[in-house]
Amino acid sequence: MIVAEQKPLDEIKGMIADAEKVLILGCGTCVTVCFAGGEKEVSILASQLRMATQMAGQDKEIREFTVQRQCEYEYNELAVEHVRDADLVVSLACGIGVQTMTEQFPEKRTVPGLNTTFLGQPTEQGVWVERCQACGDCVLELTNGLCPVARCAKSLLNGPCGGSQRGICEVYAERETPCVWHEIYERAKTLGRLDKLLEPQPAKSWKTSRDGGQRKIVREDLRL
Amino acid sequence: MSDNTYLVGSNLEKALKAGYFVATGELGPPQSADRSVIEHKAGFLRGIVEAVNITDNQTAVVRMSSISVGSMLLQLGLEPTIQMTARDRNRIAIQSDLLGAYALGIRNLLCLTGDHQTFGNHPMSKNVHDMDSISMLQMVRDMRDGKKFQCGDPIKGQEPRFFLGAAANPFADPFEFRPYRLGKKAKAGASFIQTQIVFNVPKFADFMQRVVDLGFHEECYVLAGVAPIRSVGAAKYMATKVPGMEVDPEYIDRMTKATKGLPSPKEIETMDPKEAAQVKKARKEATENEGIQICVDVISECRKMPGVAGVHIMAIEWEEAVDEIVKQAKIGPKYDPARQNA
Repeated sequence: MIVAEQKPLDEIKGMIADAEKVLILGCGTCVTVCFAGGEKEVSILASQLRMATQMAGQDKEIREFTVQRQCEYEYNELAVEHVRDADLVVSLACGIGVQTMTEQFPEKRTVPGLNTTFLGQPTEQGVWVERCQACGDCVLELTNGLCPVARCAKSLLNGPCGGSQRGICEVYAERETPCVWHEIYERAKTLGRLDKLLEPQPAKSWKTSRDGGQRKIVREDLRL
Repeated sequence: MSDNTYLVGSNLEKALKAGYFVATGELGPPQSADRSVIEHKAGFLRGIVEAVNITDNQTAVVRMSSISVGSMLLQLGLEPTIQMTARDRNRIAIQSDLLGAYALGIRNLLCLTGDHQTFGNHPMSKNVHDMDSISMLQMVRDMRDGKKFQCGDPIKGQEPRFFLGAAANPFADPFEFRPYRLGKKAKAGASFIQTQIVFNVPKFADFMQRVVDLGFHEECYVLAGVAPIRSVGAAKYMATKVPGMEVDPEYIDRMTKATKGLPSPKEIETMDPKEAAQVKKARKEATENEGIQICVDVISECRKMPGVAGVHIMAIEWEEAVDEIVKQAKIGPKYDPARQNA
């Protein structure tokens, strides 16, 4: 899923400084699951902003609404009246939600209340870890289901590098992030598929990654 | 490695092919645009090692560029081995820089993935990693042997011809994969390998035994990384703070005992300044001599191991120690008895 976290309150306060009527707009999908932008977080942020603006002697109206999926027009239509009433929308969706709102309601400014961080997995209660970089050319067959593009600090395809110690990557100061290449090696050994790791892998094509520019999929079979 | 032709014909390639126990050195470029630093350091290395590695922004700290320093070394009469990392350049920049490096007369190249930028002085920078050390080796080998760019386009004109090397860290994990990774680099085009600094001789011997058993020593020349330790503090730092480095406690012990018989730092405090300065100097000399002696001992141990073709001496910021090391170890163009009659 898309993982995000809320921006610092001061930054959000700065963004709404010039608006009188503010709509905090949540999203009921990924960011609800990662406790960053669902109904509950919308409500907490709205309360915080009401308190903060009252204490600062500002007269602001903070409204709340949450749609099921902010990345699709049809769900955002349900928020249309709130949006029309507001001077500014603070989106608690990922960056896709912010941009969908911008496109759908161009006369309105929608600002991000979250930082979209990565595509990841909740590994334990309260912990999310990056798992995919959407490079557009999946290598998980070669590496038996562990992604070196997203999980190796250098995106190596021929790892592990010399900074792998006792299964831990040298890059992270807290010294507890696993070296994914160590894991790839151990798994390949268990599966009896080490031979593939002994072949030098040529440089990857990043054309399908962000490096090729904005990406787009057109499925003619699905178009109306 | 058996025929009489050279891939490139650099001094390094010739000495390795001739079967000499080779010594290479290393020079860290300054964090400034000061040419005199290069001239000063080059003076300590000229004529005593086969080739000198020029690091490429090592530990991700901005320094004078490797290729420009390599060019200066050529002017100063030394053979450079430029290092090229995949951290800061994509395949377009790497190939472009290498065309220029060859045109400047540079013939040896060490392909590296590069230390992560979070270790350096610009941790906020974007890293590139368009390729890694192994795909870079494949690319540069194909530029040389296939006369083509990475995309497949032909190089119409002089192709860059480099004697290619790579690094290996026998002390990183998973240990059992390390010899295979060395073999992978040889397969991708590396003719020589320079290892992480050896301060754990038994583990390196185990590594080399595996390399030899797999036959990889016949596909590339392995140069053991060695370095003189300058102080007890430096030894302890390398033992505990540098990831991927193992230091035998015996060496720390030897460094500590080197000043035995000399007044301790506490005793120095009570001395008059002139006497104190003399004792401090004596302590420093004793420690440094022991550091050099340990390095010579490690070289001697490595030389006994099958498959080791030489040593790569990394006396970073202590280049003046290299002469004493190669002299005592009797290696390199100046001090190897086998070279005197050649």
